[in-house]
Amino acid sequence: MTIKICDAAFEPFAEIQTFQNALALNGKFGATSIFIGTMRDFNDGDNVQAMTLEHYDGMTQKQLAKIVAAANSKWQILDCLIVHRVGDILPNEPIVLVAVWSAHRGEAFEACRYLMEELKKNAPFWKLEKLATNEKRWVSKI
Amino acid sequence: MITVRYFGSLKETIGRSNEALSVVESLTVLAVWHCLNGDLPLAENMLTAVNMDYVARSSVVNDGDEVAFFPPVTGG
Repeated sequence: MTIKICDAAFEPFAEIQTFQNALALNGKFGATSIFIGTMRDFNDGDNVQAMTLEHYDGMTQKQLAKIVAAANSKWQILDCLIVHRVGDILPNEPIVLVAVWSAHRGEAFEACRYLMEELKKNAPFWKLEKLATNEKRWVSKI
Repeated sequence: MITVRYFGSLKETIGRSNEALSVVESLTVLAVWHCLNGDLPLAENMLTAVNMDYVARSSVVNDGDEVAFFPPVTGG
């Protein structure tokens, strides 16, 4: 189980490939479920040119580890990878990656959805948008 | 000494990101807020954490703890 906080752009498909290549699980997993969240250039009816993702370093990792532990107790997960971006970010750049490996699709689908939804609810990240008008606005809707 | 941290829009609102509070007795999280922010109300939707775990405002804070106040989270 790996949790990464990145302060520079990351390539989600390369992360998945590298992680899977390093897994000692050949022949054991039959399902991989993946969620990738990407920054849009619009939000709440406005054009957005950039965003800053703030987080509470330490609490982020602690809360994500708790979420992963909870998922592990609910489903038979073989492994999972969570990558979340922080810092200055531009439209079309990935914000978050959640990937789950399991023997069967049910666990992978459900655990991936659970991890993502719990991350949205509990991981201490905050988005500050820079609109096309140069106005800055904290995102308040999750 | 208690370390107090503020994040997101709340940090901007009060104009500080962290500070320290010397205490001689145990305080609740809400009491820590008022010690440092006077009569300024802590908005209903603000979240509170002690030592990086979510807690209620009535939780007791001890010397050496880290207390955090922040708005609803918006990651992902």
